[in-house]
Amino acid sequence: MFELFKNLGKWLTSGAQWAGSDGIAHRLTEHLQYSLIATLVAAAIGLPLGLLIGHTGRGAFLAINLASFGRALPTVGLVVLVFLASGLSMWPVYIALVALAVPSIVTNTYAGMTAVDPDIKDAARGQGMRGHQVLFQVELPLALPLIMTGLRLALIQVVATATIAAYVSFGGLGRYVFDGLAQRDLVQVLGGAVLVAVVAIVLDLGLATLQRFLFRHRTA
Amino acid sequence: MIQFDAIHKRFPNGTTAVHDLSLEIPEGGVTVLVGSSGCGKTTTLRMVNRMVEPTSGTIRVGGKDVTRQDAAELRRSIGYVIQQAGLFPHRTVLDNIATVPLLLGHGRRRARARAAELLETVGLTAESGRRYPHQLSGGQQQRVGVARALAADPPVLLMDEPFGAVDPVVRTQLQDELLRLQKELNKTIVFVTHDVDEAVRLGDRIAIFRTGGHLVQCAAPAELLARPADDFVADFLGAERGLKLLSLKTLADVPQGPAPEGGAWTLVLDEARKPLHWAPKDTKDAEIPLRPLADGDSLLAALDESIASPTGLIARVDADGVLTGVSSRDDIHEHAGRAHTAARTRTGTEPETETAA
Repeated sequence: MFELFKNLGKWLTSGAQWAGSDGIAHRLTEHLQYSLIATLVAAAIGLPLGLLIGHTGRGAFLAINLASFGRALPTVGLVVLVFLASGLSMWPVYIALVALAVPSIVTNTYAGMTAVDPDIKDAARGQGMRGHQVLFQVELPLALPLIMTGLRLALIQVVATATIAAYVSFGGLGRYVFDGLAQRDLVQVLGGAVLVAVVAIVLDLGLATLQRFLFRHRTA
Repeated sequence: MIQFDAIHKRFPNGTTAVHDLSLEIPEGGVTVLVGSSGCGKTTTLRMVNRMVEPTSGTIRVGGKDVTRQDAAELRRSIGYVIQQAGLFPHRTVLDNIATVPLLLGHGRRRARARAAELLETVGLTAESGRRYPHQLSGGQQQRVGVARALAADPPVLLMDEPFGAVDPVVRTQLQDELLRLQKELNKTIVFVTHDVDEAVRLGDRIAIFRTGGHLVQCAAPAELLARPADDFVADFLGAERGLKLLSLKTLADVPQGPAPEGGAWTLVLDEARKPLHWAPKDTKDAEIPLRPLADGDSLLAALDESIASPTGLIARVDADGVLTGVSSRDDIHEHAGRAHTAARTRTGTEPETETAA
């Protein structure tokens, strides 16, 4: 056990391991790139949907059910399915990651919108704001803390799951996990897993701190 | 200024909120809509700025049918204050007040300058403009709500139970402030409350609603108290109707004389001739505190003070608090009685009562 950790420490800190096209620095960049693209695409789909449902109060039932359905989808199964349909490309990976991220974004955005005090929305309309002004000047800013929580959750989920890119022969930190498994190199598997976990935790803490700073004037 | 013509409002669930309402609210002055919950007073108010649309009938503000105007523009031209203030928690107090000028496209700088001016108008410090709503007390938030409604200087102000959620002391302060503001600005104010005392205190006219959305009587407070249209109104105004009427009359006309000397009790003054308390001749007894009253105080306050006074006399003072004389319980009683008779048998002017069946 002790030997394993010693080797893991060596693996993580050796300069050779960080350099080159199979180095940690490069794999980390790939991993973050996959994660950010997938989360941004998911946000582009999930945010407008959540805002629309929250603002109009219509379609909530459908959206929440779709979201639960999305959550229940096995990500690896989806990757394989799209892979079979589209052949070797990044499409299966992105589709699976986006499908994973959209539900958190939609449900949190919707929850944030419904949590806005109806009295405040009433006051906004009563002062003469039009529908879009109520949405963008009152509802959206007030829902923002929860919306950001949704984006944060989505990003963390995606970062943790983006290892599957390596499953269909692409890069990212998953490379170490799958290669390590194939080569029965436990240190490499563990190294990849630890790196993914560290990235997820660092992003989570960083974004949580950012949220606290941005919403420091809020009561709750 | 505001005309309701044959207004009906039925909600989709089948309840009738307002039943055949025809009412004219004149320009200037405070009209209070009062009644128990579910009587349609808030719905009536909210139909003026189209927060609720009537099922049938027309509402005109300044002669123009409200349903023919763009709802958002209409609302910007009418001040609106709600219970709990409904301030935007993510905006500073100053930006909250600047809401309507900004919507009207006045530009940030001009809107903020106007907002700063209004902070002072409603009795808040310039420093509080930089705070966020949750950092203010309930009473201060309500002041901000009033300032926000006044920002674009609208001729009409709708107030929906604005002081319902604050404690009685603060409520009295806010009522005083509103009366002071109204003296300055002379807006057409429509004010909803379920508190009869608040209605009597603030209203130039009071419209009483009954459950089911019926307007029962609309009249000046003194007239309403002296001549309620029916038992419902009488009950609603409460058993102390007579005393409430006295709260509307001032002490000014009650005669006063010099303070008596050599009796069992002496009125003690300080060196500036301001009344302090009643002192007994027999020094074993305790001194009795008193509350000096000025001409602007109500007959009700005078009656209350005369009952508490050991001599039945009240100390009258001028604006500086200096003694001008004393009035007796009998004189106060007599004036109170006369006020009642006058209110009951008003002659000369046409009664302002409008009754709806």
